[in-house]
Amino acid sequence: MLRFFISRLSTFFVTFVGVTLISFAFIRVIPGDPIIVMAGERGMSQERYEELSRQYGFDQPVLTQFWDYLTGVLQGDLGQSFVTKKPVWDEFFALFPATLELSLCAIILAIALGIPAGVIAAVNRGKFFDRALMSSALVGYSMPIFWWALLLIIVFSGNLGWTPVSGRMGLLYYFPTPTGFMLIDSLLSGQSGAFVSAVQHLILPTIVLATIPLAVIARQTRSAMLEVLSEDYIRTARAKGLKPWRINGLHALRNAMIPVITVIGLSVGTLLAGAILTETIFSWPGIGKWMVDSIFRRDYPVVQGGLLLVAVVVMIVNLIVDMLYGLINPRIRTRK
Amino acid sequence: MTDMTEVAITAPKRPGRLAEFWQYFSENRGAVIGMWTFAILVLLALLADFIAPHSATEQFREATLQPPVWQEGGSWTFPLGTDPLGRDMLSRLLYGARFSFFVGMVVVVIAATGGILLGLVAGFAPKWLDTVIMRLMDIILSFPSLLLALVLVAILGPSLLNAMIAISIVLQPHYVRLTRAAVINERTRDYVVSARVAGAKLPRLMFVTVLPNCLAPIIVQAALSFSNAILDVAALGFLGMGAQPPTPEWGTMLAEAREFILRAWWVVTLPGLAILITVLSINLMGDGLRDALDPKLKRS
Repeated sequence: MLRFFISRLSTFFVTFVGVTLISFAFIRVIPGDPIIVMAGERGMSQERYEELSRQYGFDQPVLTQFWDYLTGVLQGDLGQSFVTKKPVWDEFFALFPATLELSLCAIILAIALGIPAGVIAAVNRGKFFDRALMSSALVGYSMPIFWWALLLIIVFSGNLGWTPVSGRMGLLYYFPTPTGFMLIDSLLSGQSGAFVSAVQHLILPTIVLATIPLAVIARQTRSAMLEVLSEDYIRTARAKGLKPWRINGLHALRNAMIPVITVIGLSVGTLLAGAILTETIFSWPGIGKWMVDSIFRRDYPVVQGGLLLVAVVVMIVNLIVDMLYGLINPRIRTRK
Repeated sequence: MTDMTEVAITAPKRPGRLAEFWQYFSENRGAVIGMWTFAILVLLALLADFIAPHSATEQFREATLQPPVWQEGGSWTFPLGTDPLGRDMLSRLLYGARFSFFVGMVVVVIAATGGILLGLVAGFAPKWLDTVIMRLMDIILSFPSLLLALVLVAILGPSLLNAMIAISIVLQPHYVRLTRAAVINERTRDYVVSARVAGAKLPRLMFVTVLPNCLAPIIVQAALSFSNAILDVAALGFLGMGAQPPTPEWGTMLAEAREFILRAWWVVTLPGLAILITVLSINLMGDGLRDALDPKLKRS
């Protein structure tokens, strides 16, 4: 078990250095000199250019630059935004709770609907429910979510007026945000209606972001359940005369969960990619929108740092899922 | 002795590989529907020059935001209405289909060729090279695909071609992993060992002996990445980082129409519907391919 953890950790560090190398290379392969880009249209004097070159370390050999970058990263120094002049690290962690809140709500919705849908489909294999659920899952899986978001806005915000179009909180409310999670902060603020407003703002983005993971989880649960339901021990359970809900719910589902948990872990990348589109459409002030805005503003240190931090988040979640998986399923540990 | 020859003669002839494949594929009704839809869409895209009532970029300034024909104010001149610049929606959608299929094909060819080559090399190479290749793929997979594609396009400059290159790079690791896993599975089988003993050189072993037996999961992955490529290119176009206006690419059309969503439903609904139907038909086929090619599910 210890060897398994050590081997996973060493892979993690190799990948981390590689990811750092890619984000380091980013600012050096973009067309144009980053310092001239930073100066904007006004340009700058030769002395100022050299001063900034020194400040950013561009006059050093590349290897030295990478070493400085890597040690900086490990100390939480990702440089400053060209636009706001604030450290990238601080900006990331100020916005991260917004993305985390949205992603958590989305994955909870996807699990809460996806697993029951998959189980119902598997138990009713070939019947109407199975066909209806799996057709919907395939449509969800094929959905261009940016279009889906626009459709929901047309119907629920435009025609019905039930939900707001953008943002995280109504303009009427203002309160401190110690946790960064609107659902919690609005409750802590004690302002009446603030929590409801937070929920209303969350509904549409959550549905949009949950769509693809929901479809994937439902499909995966169905196929895992079908595989398990044909096993001998299920037949034994049936022969013992156990109630169907007990067989499906306890005996089958528990063993079918292993591949489903993997899929849930893997959907972190999907969620973060989906957050780019969802946050842009709903003006949700999170990491995805921040990255897109920075790319358009040519705020290269932000793009560079954001890219690295997002990758590290994905890697950490994958590492945790891997280790949990090793704990649940001993066969994985010995596999190379 | 005579018994045996009799058995050999009376045994039913095994159906050809293609016939067998078709038998399994056509059992899945969704897959067949998907295939026909896909065929019709490809045909429409190919014949766009003859079917489209107007050019994709011609602007009819007197008819901006005209609704589709079945709605009040619509006319047969513009069966699916016009966009904010007075361009015919139907013509733009038809020409847009060309971009989507073109993108899908190019991305799959680039990603699959590169991925299969790297996967074969990783599967046959000494351990250090295998490790290097697989760690590189791990690194690419650590980035959310759309984010990496966005950043690559930011480096290369926004255009349809660069979007295709970026998405090919992002989709490639899946092919590498699949091919490598299949190769490692096959490499120690008897038929490969005997080919090696018979003196087959490494390239022959890789491409002639092993590769054909690894193709089933790769074909399924190709269908999957075809639809992923269409979705990702549309997403990049929607974010302004893919095809640039006035190209009638579906995602770009959606981005241009965004501010009119509450006034003119058709400019938003139709391009998205086109994306959804195309991707859905490919995914339906992909499911059918998986069922037909996956030996675990075959009942014979």
